[in-house]
Amino acid sequence: MDSILGIHEAALTFRAQRMEVIAANLANADTPHYQARDVEFSSVLAGAASAVKMSTTDARHLSTAPRGAQSELKYRIPHQPSLDGNTVETDLELARYAENAVSYQSSLLFASNRISTLRMALTGARS
Amino acid sequence: MSTFSTFDIAGSALSAQSLRLNLTASNLANMHDVAGTADGVYKARQAMFRAATDPFGSALAGVDVLGVTESTAPAIERYDPGNPQANSDGLVYGSNVNAMEEMANMISASRSYQSNLEVINTAKELLLRTLSLGQV
Repeated sequence: MDSILGIHEAALTFRAQRMEVIAANLANADTPHYQARDVEFSSVLAGAASAVKMSTTDARHLSTAPRGAQSELKYRIPHQPSLDGNTVETDLELARYAENAVSYQSSLLFASNRISTLRMALTGARS
Repeated sequence: MSTFSTFDIAGSALSAQSLRLNLTASNLANMHDVAGTADGVYKARQAMFRAATDPFGSALAGVDVLGVTESTAPAIERYDPGNPQANSDGLVYGSNVNAMEEMANMISASRSYQSNLEVINTAKELLLRTLSLGQV
């Protein structure tokens, strides 16, 4: 059942997590000493795309499961740092938020098309 | 999955920014207050923000209001013997509110409020679309 939505499921999770990270940046746009953070897409993609998983038969075995996005949080390098130590650039964050929302919608569209394809195969008729 | 925490994060910012707007309104309303002593007069108030940390350790949370501080700028001394609140030397003390600072603060707070509202609206729309995933 995992493969029905393919990578889009992981992509949706990543986009939802990134939405939270950017929302936290925007919420703290006026907080002194707050350091803006972001999740790196390539690292999460690499983790999600590695389909080959080692089987673990013992609790002490290492796992190759993709690490959660939380551990991939990195600090942003600001273009214009402010005097109070805050590195949030509201306009850029809003742009990234919008970009992330569009990517979320496209993943959603891919997933939704996958479901209608399956439904068409099951019913034999275009719904 | 916790998509709903976006609402918590942006919501905390909305409440923090609206507190800031309220303080600006209060400062501007009391700009012309006078008193007979320098300590008795209204002082400009500012909110202190801090990045909130989630009790469950996931470092992602909204913004906390640490408290409200009073400006330490000196009260404005004025000679006005006709004022009923003047002291024995004929002096009154006006509040230390700076109208320009307050206006700039107000614009900043209202911009921040708007951007957080946009975050909530977008997140709501995405979540609603996700709910209708797979429906014909």
